Amino acid sequence: MSADPATFRFVSTNRRVREDRRFVAGHGHYVADVALEGMLHVAVLPSQHPAARIDSIDASAALAMPGVHYVLTGDELAAATDPLMNGLDTPLVKRHPLAVGQTRYAGEWVVAVVADSRALAEDAAEKVVVDYEPLPFVMHAEEALQPDSPPVHAAHGSNVLLDRTFVWGEVEKHFAESPRHLSFRVTWGRSSTVPIETFGVVASWDPWRDMLDVWASIQMPKYPDQIARALRIPANNVRVHQDVDVGGSYGVKRGIKQTVLVAHLARRLGRPVRLIEDRLDNMGGGDAHGPDRIFDVDLAFNDDGIVKSMKIRALDNAGAYAGRAPFQLGKPIGAIVGPYRMESVQYRAQSVTSNKAVQEAVRGFGQSPTNYAIETGIDKVAAATGLDRVEVRRRNFIRKEQFPYLIPSGSTYDSGDYHTVVDKVLAHIDFAAMERERDRLRGSGLLAGIGIAACLEPSGANSSFEPLLNEKNTTTTWMDSCRIVVDGLGFVTITIHNTSSGQGHETLVSTVVGEVLQIDPDLIRVVRPDSLACLPSNSPVGSRMAIMLGGAAFHAAQKLRTKLARIGAHQFGVGEDGVVYASGGVGVPGGKQLGWAELVNIAHRNYHLLPEGMEPGLETTHVMQVPTGGTLPKDGRVQMYPCHSFEFHVVLIAIDPAIGKPEIRRYVIGHDCGTVITPHIVKGMTLGGIAHGLGAALLEEFVYNDEGQLITQGFMDYLLPSAHEVPAVEIVHHCTPSPFTVFGQKGSGESGYLGAPAAISGAINDSVASLGISFNKLPIRISAIGDAIAAAQPAKSKE
Amino acid sequence: MKVDLRINGVSRTADIEPRKTLLDVLRENFLLNGTHAGCEHGVCGACTVLIDGEPVRSCLMFAVQADGYEITTIEGLAPAPGELSVIQDAFCETHGLQCGYCTPGMILSAHALLQRNVTPTREDIVEAISGNICRCTGYGQIIEAVQFAARLRLANTPRQAAQTDKSVAEAK
Repeated sequence: MSADPATFRFVSTNRRVREDRRFVAGHGHYVADVALEGMLHVAVLPSQHPAARIDSIDASAALAMPGVHYVLTGDELAAATDPLMNGLDTPLVKRHPLAVGQTRYAGEWVVAVVADSRALAEDAAEKVVVDYEPLPFVMHAEEALQPDSPPVHAAHGSNVLLDRTFVWGEVEKHFAESPRHLSFRVTWGRSSTVPIETFGVVASWDPWRDMLDVWASIQMPKYPDQIARALRIPANNVRVHQDVDVGGSYGVKRGIKQTVLVAHLARRLGRPVRLIEDRLDNMGGGDAHGPDRIFDVDLAFNDDGIVKSMKIRALDNAGAYAGRAPFQLGKPIGAIVGPYRMESVQYRAQSVTSNKAVQEAVRGFGQSPTNYAIETGIDKVAAATGLDRVEVRRRNFIRKEQFPYLIPSGSTYDSGDYHTVVDKVLAHIDFAAMERERDRLRGSGLLAGIGIAACLEPSGANSSFEPLLNEKNTTTTWMDSCRIVVDGLGFVTITIHNTSSGQGHETLVSTVVGEVLQIDPDLIRVVRPDSLACLPSNSPVGSRMAIMLGGAAFHAAQKLRTKLARIGAHQFGVGEDGVVYASGGVGVPGGKQLGWAELVNIAHRNYHLLPEGMEPGLETTHVMQVPTGGTLPKDGRVQMYPCHSFEFHVVLIAIDPAIGKPEIRRYVIGHDCGTVITPHIVKGMTLGGIAHGLGAALLEEFVYNDEGQLITQGFMDYLLPSAHEVPAVEIVHHCTPSPFTVFGQKGSGESGYLGAPAAISGAINDSVASLGISFNKLPIRISAIGDAIAAAQPAKSKE
Repeated sequence: MKVDLRINGVSRTADIEPRKTLLDVLRENFLLNGTHAGCEHGVCGACTVLIDGEPVRSCLMFAVQADGYEITTIEGLAPAPGELSVIQDAFCETHGLQCGYCTPGMILSAHALLQRNVTPTREDIVEAISGNICRCTGYGQIIEAVQFAARLRLANTPRQAAQTDKSVAEAK
């Protein structure tokens, strides 16, 4: 740690979030607000079939409509562009923005129509006639695994994208030694983050400057590179405008196919072109679904509830194309034992293609489903041993003095104090009173239960899972950057190099730079250059920006401070360590002082007063490497993320057995993400994450029927939690600083979401345990609960 | 066809297709981009505007149906450029938002609530914003913002002038 928390002026204080001001006035700048002269609009025609050969496309009626400019097919686009990037080494699983030759899921975009308005483009899309020859299809992961299942990509030969088994430690020996074992299966339903703003992109091509300009509601690492590769143009011909506010993402806003489609059209037509997905486009064919995963878990433990070893198999249904989905099986390797001292783990990661829509990165990148599996297991160990669920967790937790702690899969956890967080939460709740309340509810005729979940939020995102799962990938850095410029009048401007989707990065960097330079953060301007003027960034993924962007801002500010001190020391004729920097000024203790304005003036105008060899002006830059990152995997082990936040959830649920609707009576979370830089932001992310987790646990699922059709295509069927469903949440704070970050901060962008599904599932299962039933699949819908209760009470339901 | 709309206290005219929604007309014809499209089937509330003071989903209303009503969009809430209303300021104070996309609709729903109820309970607030989906916040800091705004508005109501304050009088 490089900064002393006791002296914080701005960090950890309750300051406003600077971005809020424009948003409350309706003056955000979203992609749909970008209106260019002569702009044309795109509508897409989705496939009605889960799998079908495209025999012919007749667009003549559409093209005959006034105001319709173009109809683009997959064949034309595929000839003009390269396939979109795959994460794994699966070159024969080719993905294009529009279906080529055949469709692979119902909802896949087949044709794009360009017209003067979106409404007209939609009208024209209805007139495009596509002749399909339906093909066999496969919807379920276990069927897709079978060698005789219809391959989604015939050229690839099977539906298996990834099947890799890792053995970390002496798993078989530990299983043989352990007196007790249990096995179970849980299933994580296909849900996603489903931002209220759909994906949108506007592109224009300037043939006289050879420049593709792109505005998009994007949150994606290496976005300009991917555009350039697919379009086969130099990357410095692609200019992504980063000053577009993104209306929510939480991982999924990675519209590369949409971008390539629109960029091609802009070049082809010589006009700006935009595609703003409507809700149907987004849900059915926007390629933004999330993990869809079956876990088979075996645990080896003893009568004291100590879990020695785990075998965990995760089978994920990636959907029709590979994308980055399989990597969501890789990231959880960095916290595969959760907060527990398991000595060995066997992990089998399987990813298969199916005739469902494509997955994208979802908040936590596979960690929340994994945490749900682990926590369900710990509850089962408690039940099997007759021990209290909290006690079993306490017995298995890594202890404070054991950090830094190396887990079997190769990551070292930075720091934590899980026992103290649990103690604080239970004291806050008065846990005995909560148990009495649960019993009182049960006595009143309701089903009631308490759910417990403890889990980690790996944060700081490097991308070690890429080389771990794909040997051809040698990525060992996932840097982020910050630049600080002090102008000739002494005003400070920070540049950041990514878009934001609500994380408050402008507040983050101004707070950090204000802290280091000891100047008012509110007087600092924050700007986002376009991608050609940007320093390297890997975008806000993997709970990384407090660590990585905050870290880069800290180091850039330290460099600036050092430069100012050197300028001051030179004027006083003393060494650098002979001066003190304070609140923008530099002085000799008890002696001469130079203020901010004087130092700025020297830097900008008095070269003759600068130390020899110093560059004039006041500008510093820092490109930050991920702490603890930088090495390739060895023997299936690698350091994944640098920091590990901890959360402990306790939730009390009551269910009216006649209705089956779970009602959350109390929700408490203990949260330790180290030093909190902006309390408002961390609180909001935690509360929002819990709401999102509640959706995944109880409401949200992309459901396909046996005909391969998506039946939850809108918000009437895909249910997002409203203010009615989300309870008031109490947060109990704890701070265990990370030794690897500048202020001791850890990540928080995925907090709440990583444990809420496990906790809510646990509470429901505790509620219905007395009936001899349990639920092992998310979401646990009201209808499922009601039906199961009715079935478990045959005598009663006959009355 | 031609419509005359009264938006944020100003009369505006446009020549539009009858099938065009109020949402699209506000955004495309009048460049009032603070009103956002979320689901376009009346569930998420991102497109909420006030029609004669009541929250309405502008994606479910044709612009021609709004002829003759007082339409208030988020742009009509700030008293002056750069100056926030009490409710907008309260959302900033509690950080009742993140990405800002649902925020205009959310604030208009909250504003409508406070116009008819100066001392809303938590349940009143939950009910009033339950038609506005926020994916970022989990609603906690939104509810805090509305509670804070209610307190501020009440505290800032001159006591001797209470009878002439429209919102207070209506609430009674």
